[in-house]
Order: sequence, then C-alpha cells, then structure tokens
Amino acid sequence: MTGQGEPAEHEWVDDHAGPVVRPYAVTGGRARPVTGTFDLISLVTATRAEVASESGLGPEHVAIVGLCQRIQSVAEIAAHLDLPVGTVRVLLGDLAARSLVQVREPRATPAGLPDDSVFEAVINGLRAL
Amino acid sequence: MDYGRSERPAGAAPLPTAIKILIAGGFGVGKTTLVGAVSETRPLRTEEVLTETGIGIDDLSGVEEKTTTTVAMDFGRITLSDDLVLYLFGTPGQDRFWFVWDELALGAIGAVVLADTRRLADCFPSIDYFEGRGTPFVVAVNCFEGAKQYRLDEVQGALDLDPDVPVVLCDARERETVKEVLITLLEYAMKLREERRRAAGAD
Repeated sequence: MTGQGEPAEHEWVDDHAGPVVRPYAVTGGRARPVTGTFDLISLVTATRAEVASESGLGPEHVAIVGLCQRIQSVAEIAAHLDLPVGTVRVLLGDLAARSLVQVREPRATPAGLPDDSVFEAVINGLRAL
Repeated sequence: MDYGRSERPAGAAPLPTAIKILIAGGFGVGKTTLVGAVSETRPLRTEEVLTETGIGIDDLSGVEEKTTTTVAMDFGRITLSDDLVLYLFGTPGQDRFWFVWDELALGAIGAVVLADTRRLADCFPSIDYFEGRGTPFVVAVNCFEGAKQYRLDEVQGALDLDPDVPVVLCDARERETVKEVLITLLEYAMKLREERRRAAGAD
C-alpha cells in the first residue's frame, strides 16, 4: 500500500489522524458562548492588532484575533482554524465579552431579511463581477 | 486569503452587511462546484459537531458516552462591495440534519436547487423543504455532458413546481451561467416579496 519512503500505513498523520482535540476541549468544556448568538455569517473584526496570550486567553483566541484583522464571517473563522462552528462561537463570546472583537449580526429587519435596496445591490454587484 | 476590498484597519468603519444564499440538491449534483465557480476563494468547509451537550446543558460530565455527529458544509464568499458580502452555502446531505438546514435557512434570501435530470428525484426533499418554509428558490438544471436534454417545461412538470418558480439551465463549472442563476433567484425573490406585501396590504 505504501510506496518507498512513505510512512507505514498504520502511522496516521494530519487529516488521517482525525480530530485530535475533542470539540469542546479548547473551550474548557463550555458548549455555549457567554455572550452573542453568532450566526454563520455574522461578520467579525478584531478591535486590536494583537492580544497578549498571557491575558487569560488560549492560543485559539489569539489565532482568531490574528485572523480577524481582516473581516471574517463565523463560518470562515471556523474553516480557517479547522475548528467546529460551535467551538468558535464559544471562543468568540469570550472575545466579545472583552471587547476584543466587533461583531455584526446579519439580520437587518424584524422579518429577518434585508430590505429591497440590498437585493438590488446584490444584483448589481453580481452583474459587475 | 486575500479578500481585497474587504481589507480595512481593524475596528474602523462599520462592518459590511452579510447575506447568504443556499445551494441545495442531491449528492454529487455539483453544489460545491457551483460555489467554487463564483467564489473569490476556493470553497471552504466548515463543520458543526452535534452532541447532546449543545442542547440546554453547559456541562460535559458524561459526554464521553455521547455520540457526536459531524455535519460538513462547503461555502464560498463573494465580496460585492465594501458594504456587502454574499455567502453561498452548500447544504449538507438531505433527509438528515434538518435542524442544520433550519439554521442555514434562517435569514437566507433564497436558495438554488441544483438538479440533475438523470436523478431528478434527488432534489425532491430540497424542494419540499423550501416550499414548506416559504424560502424563495429557483431550480437550476446542471447540464452534465452525456445527459439527455429535457425541455425546461418538462422538468417543471416532473418536479410539480408552482408555475412561477423559475427553472433555468446552468453549467455549475461556468462562472457566467452561475451568476445568471443567482441573479434570476434574486429577481424572483424580490418579485415574491412584492407580491406578498401586496397580498398582506389587501387583507
């Protein structure tokens, strides 16, 4: 099965090894964020260029702040850090509670949908692509 | 990972508006291909890990005995302007994980149901779901090479669709045709809103 110089077939590395960390281990066992709901497309931006890791935050928190120097959705943060969305929500709650990130939830109207001007802007934006 | 226009100093200016469109359809019909055809990045994958602890309990005691299920969603991003970002989410497998669909569909401006004429029945569950929710959707027939070509009205009839639901042809690999599908969806969604508003006003 394995070619010359390849790892032995029972040596699982990287993706083949599966998740090394159980989903909520990095959140200290918490399954829900302390604040916020964090839709998949809530947009997140860091309020600081960096945070010191000694401020009671874990490496994943620091990684999120680093990633959110550019605007990212919750889904993108989860994808880039290779963490489940639920885990990312908890970590974002910690950061939001410390005002280290700014979050924009997507719902624009009570009906939960953007107004007509948004539809028109999307159509125009797509045509211009 | 360069998002061009969306880049700005951290903490400055208001964040843009994000909107989402769902891409549904049977397994292997080309959902991720379609997302990739218009996304500014390669499609990303995000996972929801579902455990019983996610429901009302904030405590992991005994979690080692609970099963976890991972639901993967592929998605892409299109930055339309400094104020507007569109996300396209491929829905996870049909018939299972409906609650993940509920989360995805919440606030979605509409859906594209991708259909393969060789396996038309594969998209029935998606159509039923969006009809039931009142989510505007269009059916895009992905033109696979070698597949028998049907007329769009034949597809419409076979799917037993409301005659107003747009049915269009597309090639999920081709950016231009995918753009047209999305524009068709948005125009249809706007028309539906207008009709619903008028109906509400007439009561």
